[in-house]
Amino acid sequence: MSDTTQPTRKGQEFEQTLDASDKTVASFEHESRGFVDRLQHALHSNPTLVPVIVLIGAVAVFGLIAGGKFFSAFNLSLIIQQVSIIGILAAAQSLIVLTAGIDLSVAAIMVLMAVIAGNLSVYMGVPPVLGLLASFVGGTAAGLMNGLLVTRVKLPPFITTLGTWSIFYALNLWLSGAQSIRSQDIDANASILKFFGNNIALGGARITYGSILMVAVFAVLWYMLNKTAWGRHVYAIGDDKDSAELAGIRTDRTLLSVYALSGFVCAIAAWASIGRVGSISPQAFYEGNLQSITAVVIGGISLFGGRGSIMGALFGALIVGVFQSGLRLAGVDVLWQVFAIGWLIIFAVAIDQWIRKVSA
Amino acid sequence: MTQPVIKARGLVKRYGKVTALDHCDFDLMPGEIVAVIGDNGAGKSSLIKAISGAVSIDAGTIELEGKPISFSSPLEAQDAGIATVYQTLALSPALSIVDNMFMGREIRKEGIAGSVFRALDHAKMREIAREKLSELGLMTIQNIDQPVETLSGGQRQGVAVARAAAFGSKVIILDEPTAALGVKESRRVLELILDVRSRGIPIILISHNMPHVFEVADKIHIHRLGKRLCVIDPKEYSMSDAVAFMTGAKLPEGAVEAA
Repeated sequence: MSDTTQPTRKGQEFEQTLDASDKTVASFEHESRGFVDRLQHALHSNPTLVPVIVLIGAVAVFGLIAGGKFFSAFNLSLIIQQVSIIGILAAAQSLIVLTAGIDLSVAAIMVLMAVIAGNLSVYMGVPPVLGLLASFVGGTAAGLMNGLLVTRVKLPPFITTLGTWSIFYALNLWLSGAQSIRSQDIDANASILKFFGNNIALGGARITYGSILMVAVFAVLWYMLNKTAWGRHVYAIGDDKDSAELAGIRTDRTLLSVYALSGFVCAIAAWASIGRVGSISPQAFYEGNLQSITAVVIGGISLFGGRGSIMGALFGALIVGVFQSGLRLAGVDVLWQVFAIGWLIIFAVAIDQWIRKVSA
Repeated sequence: MTQPVIKARGLVKRYGKVTALDHCDFDLMPGEIVAVIGDNGAGKSSLIKAISGAVSIDAGTIELEGKPISFSSPLEAQDAGIATVYQTLALSPALSIVDNMFMGREIRKEGIAGSVFRALDHAKMREIAREKLSELGLMTIQNIDQPVETLSGGQRQGVAVARAAAFGSKVIILDEPTAALGVKESRRVLELILDVRSRGIPIILISHNMPHVFEVADKIHIHRLGKRLCVIDPKEYSMSDAVAFMTGAKLPEGAVEAA
């Protein structure tokens, strides 16, 4: 131990030639980089750029095709209003996808919670505020159930939520008797359930409270994911769960919180959906699960976890809304809208793969 | 004699019918680098996992600075001051160097922003990370916000070692730190190891690379058949002696400490 202060030893004999070795680090010729290369690198360091560019491009193109009808304040605010529910679901979905999971049950949780809030407040005479509270507790519990199955029973998220999707859907049909709760009944007994359907008129624009809520949900989640330790842990788990565990993160506990939060956000979407639709229909949003995944994928969040910004999902949802609105105003048949969204998904994933090929 | 930092006595670990550790002893003195070598299946990993809290032992005692310890998870060991740099490094490739260094021990802002809104103090974390990295001579990394996946293998090792050394660790365990590296990068990591020791932090080094072990280690713990065969001084023995002891081809005589 006496030699602790000894200077660094000379190294081994075969290493002596290192001093004379070429010290330049392997590098690429930067001059030869074309526009495409630079674009690829820019996108790699900032994956949310893709949906932003597509969104701006889509707005410009549809503005040219459909003209004033598309560009009116009314239509633009309508698009935001139309995507608000899927947008909030996409926020919930993003949380799960960032952990390298996938949640097929988000819309099922949402509809179930809308039915629970409606049944309690409209038919059973519970104060509407308590009905809403019950739906928030229920949504969180439903998310927690997914989380427990994933972390404790160690089921893959895909299988877990495929199962709970059916379970929640069946519960929803049972509780609602497959009957919608009519708009008039909600107005008479629990008008607060439709709170997010109210709007502020701003010139020609009709900005609903639901649209504002969607933006607020994204803002809060963005803050949590980017400015808190919890958010860093979510990304680390999605990146490499075993490494995160070894680095000292309680991964299962964090995953549970992610699933519970996702369920809570679905309950927020439930409240907003009552305002948006006007009534509570157990059959509504049957495709919501997949639409939320569409928004997330188009938004540039990697399905392999740990990469992408939650704001991408907001842009993804808006892109879908812009395409649907623009194609409708241009007089294109609905089936071609679905066709276009399909290509958009494939385009988004292809771009994601292309970006991944760069190493900074 | 000074008190050992880590003193393990009579460790036993069984996996079903297999006995991985058979009443094994281990000692680590302050400020020294102890290399652990042994054949595959000799129980090196089990010994290290027992010390780092990754597995629980069936019998025996481990003392850290004279106090008995028993960990049920690597996290507890880390909190007690035993930091392990795994062969896989346990870094998150898509996150930045700073995020990785502070993973699991982030610093929050002061006041309401930190206590209520849980905001991270990015500026402070950057500053500390930069300081720690330059202490270890790793500031060739220019941008500390760059994702770890953009670093070379040696730089990644450096970040992992810096993380282990940065947070008041009493012992650092390095598992095969040079296994995946080239000649130049191995050299940097070996210098880093000596640098960490010169800061007074003792190191347990597990390696199959005899030249590296003989170069940096102060003592070599030879593990055979689940127990400590002997501890030798690398200056008094040759590499072929060590390999002979480790494989059972030769029996040690007059080792520093007998088994």
